[in-house]
Amino acid sequence: MKWIERQRAFIDFTLSSLWRRKAKNLSLLMVYALVIFLLSSVIFFTQALRKEAEAVLDGSPQMIVQRTVGGRHSLIPTDYAEKIVQIRGTSSVKPRLWGYYYHPATRSNYTIMVPENYPRPDDTVEIGAGVLRTWGPLRDGSFYFNAHDGETVFLKAINTMTNETDLVSADLILMSETTFRKIAGVPEGYATDLTVRIRNERESQTIARKIIHVLPDTRPILKEEIIRTYSSIFDWRGGYVIVLLGGGVLAFFIFAWDKATGLSAEEKTEIGILKGIGWDTSDILTMKFWEGAVISLTAFLLGVISAYVHVYFASATLFEHALKGWAILYPEFTLRPSVNAFQLAILFFLTVVPYTLITIVPTWKVAATDPDVVMRH
Amino acid sequence: MIQLAGINKTFNVGKPNEFKALKGIDLEVALNEVSVFIGPSGSGKTTLLSILGCMSRPTSGRIWLNEREITSLPERFAAEVRRETFGFIFQNYNLIKGITVLENTMLPAYPTGIGHRVIRDRAVSILERLGIESKAREPVEHLSGGERQRAAIARALINRPSIVIADEPTAHLDSALARMLLDIFAGLKQEGKTILIACHDPLVFESPVVDRVISMRDGGIV
Repeated sequence: MKWIERQRAFIDFTLSSLWRRKAKNLSLLMVYALVIFLLSSVIFFTQALRKEAEAVLDGSPQMIVQRTVGGRHSLIPTDYAEKIVQIRGTSSVKPRLWGYYYHPATRSNYTIMVPENYPRPDDTVEIGAGVLRTWGPLRDGSFYFNAHDGETVFLKAINTMTNETDLVSADLILMSETTFRKIAGVPEGYATDLTVRIRNERESQTIARKIIHVLPDTRPILKEEIIRTYSSIFDWRGGYVIVLLGGGVLAFFIFAWDKATGLSAEEKTEIGILKGIGWDTSDILTMKFWEGAVISLTAFLLGVISAYVHVYFASATLFEHALKGWAILYPEFTLRPSVNAFQLAILFFLTVVPYTLITIVPTWKVAATDPDVVMRH
Repeated sequence: MIQLAGINKTFNVGKPNEFKALKGIDLEVALNEVSVFIGPSGSGKTTLLSILGCMSRPTSGRIWLNEREITSLPERFAAEVRRETFGFIFQNYNLIKGITVLENTMLPAYPTGIGHRVIRDRAVSILERLGIESKAREPVEHLSGGERQRAAIARALINRPSIVIADEPTAHLDSALARMLLDIFAGLKQEGKTILIACHDPLVFESPVVDRVISMRDGGIV
């Protein structure tokens, strides 16, 4: 109880001390919060992208089989499916039709795809939330496509997808198989790739080897390989932004060091007075500890909360060019909030703890001197 | 009883600017009295008071307070004695700017762990007694010289010390305010407090409230 009352009294005095030097402390708080904001924005952003990728891959098949010609992906004959399904351990093999459509009017790329069951007429499409926004003006409510044979195809959008992952559905256009083949020029009897479902996932490596044995011109891609690739891409992107931010963090620590360690003559006199009226060195260090803790915790909370708003409600506007640099990512989409407590804890220990400590060191030097200097003031 | 035996204080020991501020002082000071140390500047009054009040250690010699030896206490215990036994009124008041009179008054009690409300009530009652309760919420820099002096006294009394040490308390006061201060000291003496004053103002050391005048010169008692 006594300990709590003491801490309460020290915190009271700390808060009024901080308020007395508001210009210095507010500027420090702002810079500090900005650094935390930038760092936690990167953490939130890469974390959210990784989660999105995991969500996308969650429902995906255990294996995709592509055909390669000249070392590059090529269309795969659909009758390959019959050979693969005979391999023991596979439960189903389905051809998949998907590709990209370049829309010259707005110079943007869209993903076009045929879902497993498309229950609508051939002259319709289902579109992702980002398509309507970026496509430009429609003609009589219809999208026009330049088909592979040069013909113009008009398709009516009858449904906007509300997929839980905006990231993948943003640029997605779903259509019937007939329409897809016409626009993309994929002939009958061929598909973009094949999806393979496997009864026991632990057998996937063996099944992949058998597929290559039976169909030497194919390349099976396992789900775990895709997850690994996505992960490394997101980690790498987050990592390079952190390296860039490293300079900023260093500059902040130089600034903080200067602000926190350089006790002004006024502060030194105050420490002398406090000692003179009966505070001991540990009381003064406790007070300074609270001072550092109040500033760094406030900055940490401000930075983390604003980063959360920035990433999840403002689509990480500041970083989009650095972090979203590939074709399938559209500039506007909403990420699902995802917080990695471990990463936040590391950020906390790398920022709050060192700052609190560097405020104590110079005080200790002053506080350890005899209080009688105050008598001579 | 406060007993001092062989108190020496040397500053900058071993350096070219070494200076002996106190030279072998032996003294006994009675409790519940007002004692005034007089002497010219540099005679050692302030140094002696700071050693008496556990603010600094003598280079050699010992001090007993009610037969408890206080010169060799570790810093933490010395601070505790300083806080609980002594109340200090500094020459320039040494109030902390930017915070209120009330907060300044409460400051010495913060490390004691006494409840915030108790300390506040105690501070308000002392400020009332000293007639500056109306200034309690004002920052100290808004106060006049006399009000600052009383705020400094209030702060010195917050931990209910048995000994009040005042260094040149009338240095910045006119005669009327100096007399008011002496009245306050008379009241404290009546409460049973011991008052030690360093001063060279005749208004103080000739005052009837003073029980004993101790003259100092060149670091010794004369």
